[in-house]
Amino acid sequence: MILLDRVTKTYGKHATPALDRVSLHVEPKEFVIVVGQSGAGKTTLLRLLTREEKPTSGKIIVGGIDYDKLKDREIPLLRRKIGVVFQDFKLLPNRTVFENVAFALEIVGMGGREIQHTVPKVLEIVNLKGKEKRMPQELSGGERQRVAIARAIVRQPKILIADEPTGNLDPKHAWDVINVLEKINRFGTTVLLTTHNQEIVNALKRRVVTIEHGQIVSDRARAAYSNEAAA
Amino acid sequence: MMQKARNRRLLTLWRVIKTGMINFGRNAWLATAAMAVMTVTLGIVLFSIIASATLNNTIEQINSKIDISVYLADGTTTAQADKLMQTLRGMPEVRDVAYVSKDQALAIYRAENSGNQTLQEAISQTGNPLPASLKIAPVDPGRIDTIKALIDAPASVALEDPQIHSSYGGSQKAAINKIAHATSIMKRVGVVAVLLFAVISMLIIFNTIQMAIFNRRDEITIMRLLGASTWFIRGPFVVESVLYGVIAALISVEGIDLLFRLASSGLQASSLGLLNIDYAASYFRGHFWTLLPLQLGVGILIGAVSSTIATRRYLKFKSK
Repeated sequence: MILLDRVTKTYGKHATPALDRVSLHVEPKEFVIVVGQSGAGKTTLLRLLTREEKPTSGKIIVGGIDYDKLKDREIPLLRRKIGVVFQDFKLLPNRTVFENVAFALEIVGMGGREIQHTVPKVLEIVNLKGKEKRMPQELSGGERQRVAIARAIVRQPKILIADEPTGNLDPKHAWDVINVLEKINRFGTTVLLTTHNQEIVNALKRRVVTIEHGQIVSDRARAAYSNEAAA
Repeated sequence: MMQKARNRRLLTLWRVIKTGMINFGRNAWLATAAMAVMTVTLGIVLFSIIASATLNNTIEQINSKIDISVYLADGTTTAQADKLMQTLRGMPEVRDVAYVSKDQALAIYRAENSGNQTLQEAISQTGNPLPASLKIAPVDPGRIDTIKALIDAPASVALEDPQIHSSYGGSQKAAINKIAHATSIMKRVGVVAVLLFAVISMLIIFNTIQMAIFNRRDEITIMRLLGASTWFIRGPFVVESVLYGVIAALISVEGIDLLFRLASSGLQASSLGLLNIDYAASYFRGHFWTLLPLQLGVGILIGAVSSTIATRRYLKFKSK
């Protein structure tokens, strides 16, 4: 589903690489947690997958799409196949909860009636039923993040990328978000989650990939993780 | 399948237009600012067009009044005069030649001095001392050298009244040249002024729209990340800016109309007689259905072009 082959990303000519010959293979329906300190390269990795950045060298193939052969005007089509959740939510501020989720469907040209039918279902999955008409700024952080997740999964992507989705949330809301991600994974979506919340990693008991200084230092199934071990 | 794809495109087009209109409503303050600048711009452009047409009209009138008179000796026959007229008419520099007979000259003199009893009596007592003449209207009062050469040629001079010189000579020539020079400068100034105003205002509008888009760059980034195509993002901005253009065009045309209706006399006084405001008003009315679409066209064009350029930088993909 996701394949990285010796991917290196360097910002600026002589800087130390943010990612250094990273190779990673994620199977369909897998739930992978990427951990590491801030600045270790987690976010760079995700930005490469959404093609916000281009790798300096190395090969990336996601869902059968080879990024080397991807033309600029095909990038929107790629992003429609990947659901992304960001630490800072990235909701459209002038639109209601419903409109934010519907927007993802408008982009792909879905008809109005179908949108009216689909959005409430997805809002139910993320436990936001009844909040359709709220504006993002009226919601708590956890609720906003669940709107963002609803938006990411409403197109039923094969892959969901979540970049520190719990980073700005208190523990209770963080768990709401993680539970939703697990639910989505059970439905068959590949999930790639970055976090440095030790508690969450240990409770999930999933495959854990640890990145340090731009390199993968460990990759273990059903692993636990502690900040001390990574440091 | 084809049908479905087309429907989806139509749906997307409709959504783009709808979003543009909604944004137009939501960004009321910025919309007001952008429209104000655009209205002033389009007003200036429209005013410049009218002023330049009026100026051209004035110049035309001055030019048409400039003619060269060649006074013929009393013994000149009609055949001789005709021949000279034919030659003059054949020249590209000559617009028209009119023959004024001795009798016509007398009638004109009487009419011009109808209030002056003494002169009327004097001219009656002396018979008709006025010579017949040719009135030559040049195409361009600034270029009369070839006409002058022909008139000064010995064959022509033989026919001319030895006492009265042709009217291009001496101080009259200097006057003709000055007028010709002044009018050509005024024409050029008019064109340059219109262009200058258009360019300056385009820059201001571009800046305003760019500011509007800068405020919403995060929104654009989010749309981009969700996989929206370039035109799905840009479209609403273009629709919004085009709406600014349309409204600004309507306001500017209506503004100029009001100005002519309510303040005609004030304008006439403040233009120091340089502009014929009555002509300007009638030009505006007469060309209303050309000027309105022109204004709309310019407004739409400025809106569309500047919003397309202004969104470009936020829609680029990283290539490195």
